[in-house]
Amino acid sequence: MEQLVTQLIDGISAGSIYACMALSVVMIYQAINHLNFAQGEMAMFSTYLAWQLLQWGLPYWVIFPAIVAASFAIGYAVERAAIHPLRGASELSHVVVFIALFSIFNSAAGFIWGFGVKSVPSPFGEGPLFEGALLGKHQAGILVVTLVLVAALWVFLRLTRVGLAMRAAAANPRSARLVGIPVERVGALGWGLASAIGAVAGMLIAPIIFLDPGMMMSVLLYGFAGAVLGGLTSPLGAVLGGLTVGIFEKLVEAYVPVVGEQLKLPIALAVIIAVLLFRPSGFLGQKIVQRV
Amino acid sequence: MEDALPSGVARVSLRRRLAPLWPWLIAMVALALPFAVDSFSLFQLTMVLIYAIAILGLNVLTGISGQFSLGHGAFFALGAYATAILLEAGAMPYLLTIPAAAILCLVAGYLIGLPALRLKSVHLALATFALAIAIPEIVKLSIFEHVTGGVHGILVGVPPVPPVLKQAIGVDQWLYFLTLGIGFGLYLMSCNLADSRTGRALKALRENEVAAASMGVATSRYKAVAFAISAMITGIAGSLCALVVQFVAPDSFPFQLSIALLVGLVIGGIGSLPGALAGGVFVVFVPNIAESVSKGLAGAIYGLLLIAIIFSNRNALGRH
Repeated sequence: MEQLVTQLIDGISAGSIYACMALSVVMIYQAINHLNFAQGEMAMFSTYLAWQLLQWGLPYWVIFPAIVAASFAIGYAVERAAIHPLRGASELSHVVVFIALFSIFNSAAGFIWGFGVKSVPSPFGEGPLFEGALLGKHQAGILVVTLVLVAALWVFLRLTRVGLAMRAAAANPRSARLVGIPVERVGALGWGLASAIGAVAGMLIAPIIFLDPGMMMSVLLYGFAGAVLGGLTSPLGAVLGGLTVGIFEKLVEAYVPVVGEQLKLPIALAVIIAVLLFRPSGFLGQKIVQRV
Repeated sequence: MEDALPSGVARVSLRRRLAPLWPWLIAMVALALPFAVDSFSLFQLTMVLIYAIAILGLNVLTGISGQFSLGHGAFFALGAYATAILLEAGAMPYLLTIPAAAILCLVAGYLIGLPALRLKSVHLALATFALAIAIPEIVKLSIFEHVTGGVHGILVGVPPVPPVLKQAIGVDQWLYFLTLGIGFGLYLMSCNLADSRTGRALKALRENEVAAASMGVATSRYKAVAFAISAMITGIAGSLCALVVQFVAPDSFPFQLSIALLVGLVIGGIGSLPGALAGGVFVVFVPNIAESVSKGLAGAIYGLLLIAIIFSNRNALGRH
């Protein structure tokens, strides 16, 4: 029983990381109706920027907002430079540009900061939350930040005019344009926000999995799994999805004999495929009805 | 100005008259090359052909039926492992392992195609991407280690040259010609497929699924068939790769392989079957060129090049 509780808490800690990344996935999906395969690499790049500022001795709480703002700018600029000119091009062109962006950010980070593993301190401090607690301070911090992000994102998407415009632009660009929504600018805004959320996720994840140019690969995949499980359109769903994937991963690792440990990644994928096949709208996503 | 028109006409007609000669010229160069280059270049050329075959497989899926896959590296790996494992077990002569791998990939492609065809666009991309990432992990699993060799992989013996040709050519040249011959056969097959009843049904699906269905095209069956044929061709490429490289390991088939195949497809031109060759050249040589420009920034140069190519012919890839 005690072991089960430990596993569950471990799962929640890991899941909060995936939830954070899943939020960023949902953000971009709400903005462009597509997944950005370079999302993880952009988050990794932002985290390196944060690490660099830390090396220069700036305090964490100055760096945090600065990096979030810088990442917003990077996301916005990427949309303007690489995605905007592709307006109307096929799905496949977009996928190839995502691949190109992936390659560019990965290579640039490796070139500037090297491929060695770096450690990043936690802003919440080390050790357990309180004497004898199973949950660490940092894990608790991630959970709190994730929940704050969810609330903020939900408010933004549901209760503000810009959020409504963004959802409209992603769901039906042509009609959105007809009712006067500046679809392109809204799309760039969505890229900026997704990049900023990715940066938050990267900075929170780095103290746990360490910083290196390949760090986000599997995290992004679990993030995708979480977002798909949650339904791709719902921030709250993404968090529930991310936590579920985390808990599921730890339970399999602990209780499936022999191969549990090695199957971590395939499990995330199995979750994705199963959900896509049997319940494409996930926990809380909208049902998508296509008119022909 | 007066005589500009006739000479222009003459030039056009000359070009037209030369057009049918191009395939012969390419064939002659392809046949002569292995006698003109050193063995490493020959190895690279063989790899170009192998990737071209794999991209041809992807082209059958994307170019003809309009679906796409970010996970075809999985079938490439499956074909390669099938050949390596069969050879390791000494079950059959190496030439027979190629059709064996082809059949295995055909079946696997059909089985994966059946659920995959229910997914569209972003979901299909995600599911196939997941497949590409899962394959190396699954191959590494300790329970399969006695068959797959785990992380260490399997060494494949050098395939012997048939006795008839032993006097004339070496192993490298033989493997090149084998790949060339199989590639050419698959190319003809794909061309025929595109023009067949099945091909027309698939193209109808690509253009408008609802219209195709209402014309009596069995959408799910045809989509799965396209996936299966595509997987089979890519699997044959994998099988040849095992014979040529003479080594398979999980790290030979990272998800970047699937990405490279997709990139090769886009570069060569979707729906252009000869373009697969251009795609193969891109996959083999461009990363090296990018690396020779700057070792550290090779990935960035590769990415910028990709973006430049996409921007310069974004309409060629079709529109939403």
